[in-house]
Amino acid sequence: MHYTHHAAFAALLATTGLAQATPVEFEIVIKDHQFTPSTLIVPVDKKIKLKVINADATAEEFESYKLNREKIIPGNSKAVVFIGPLEAGEYDFFGEFNPATAQGKIIAQ
Amino acid sequence: MFGSSIIVFREVLEAALIITIILAVTRGVLNRGLWVITGVITGIAGAILVATFAEGISNMMEGVGQEIFNAGVLLTAVLMLAWHNIWMAAHGKQLVQQMKAVGQGVSNGDLPMVTLAIAIALAVLREGAEVVLFLNGMAMSGEPAANLVSGGVLGIAGGTAVGVAMYFGLLRIPLRHFFQVTGWMILLLAAGLAASAAGFLEQAGLLPALKPVLWDSNWLLSEQSLAGQLAHTLIGYQARPSGIALAAWLLTFSTILLLMKTVGKPPQQKNRQVSVTDAPLPEIN
Repeated sequence: MHYTHHAAFAALLATTGLAQATPVEFEIVIKDHQFTPSTLIVPVDKKIKLKVINADATAEEFESYKLNREKIIPGNSKAVVFIGPLEAGEYDFFGEFNPATAQGKIIAQ
Repeated sequence: MFGSSIIVFREVLEAALIITIILAVTRGVLNRGLWVITGVITGIAGAILVATFAEGISNMMEGVGQEIFNAGVLLTAVLMLAWHNIWMAAHGKQLVQQMKAVGQGVSNGDLPMVTLAIAIALAVLREGAEVVLFLNGMAMSGEPAANLVSGGVLGIAGGTAVGVAMYFGLLRIPLRHFFQVTGWMILLLAAGLAASAAGFLEQAGLLPALKPVLWDSNWLLSEQSLAGQLAHTLIGYQARPSGIALAAWLLTFSTILLLMKTVGKPPQQKNRQVSVTDAPLPEIN
């Protein structure tokens, strides 16, 4: 009886889109004031959980005008930024504290 | 040096504008300088503390501690500013009468200066922490200390200069309109801070975006331009706002305005003391 309840609940989750609300995860590493990968391809219309790992000793600010995002990541720390759901297109981002080298873009397709 | 001064300038500007508006609304209040300086010093101390523990704050709550912290700071500032405006709506008329009667030196112990000092401290704390983190990073990257000091000083001087210019501009507003204008400025400022807070909570995945980019007016007024940055601080302008940010702006704006109207116009208004001058008294709404 309990088992069928669980199964029914799981089926409900899957069909109502609640399961879809779980964000898709991606990771970017900052090292020597550069992003790796510098181009990140993500799906459209999905909430994205972007994990940004700052492997440098100095703080960096992950910033994107197009994504409307701005977040300081202290040295040797990791941070999470939620973005989207995005429409198809290119969204550039940069490290505000080191814009000369820290440049990247997210492509939603 | 120039690059660092620009970043410092941008952070200082926002805090400077908030301090300017608060200095304007407390015009004529004795000892307000002391409150304002206390707010600034507390804010600087807080900024250093926050920058020191930035790593811990950032790693809290599965990597979104910074957003929750920022949203908390912003929403507290919104409450303080709202409180001030609602208080002014109820008591502002007497304050202006006093000012007209005895000139500039009004001692009004009832004016909630504490709330405004807290609002100042929070503005300085938020912007100051970013300056400290940035300059510290530059120093660790081997940037000569002299460059950092001159860049920092230049940035602080620039931000302060804009604030001072706006302050003297505001003082030119005739007294009978003065508190009406500054009341609106505080209202718009609070709505803008609430929109930013909603944006942080959205970035942390705690609020839905509703729509990630509601419109894009960056071609018209870029948030990175000086005008765009002034508009961002003063009225909460965002070039690419999310749905939730606009919703928070509208909700805050209408809630504070409603409270100002209802608290500021008690039913026994007709029994109020008659004005000492012929000029109609300003209303804070």
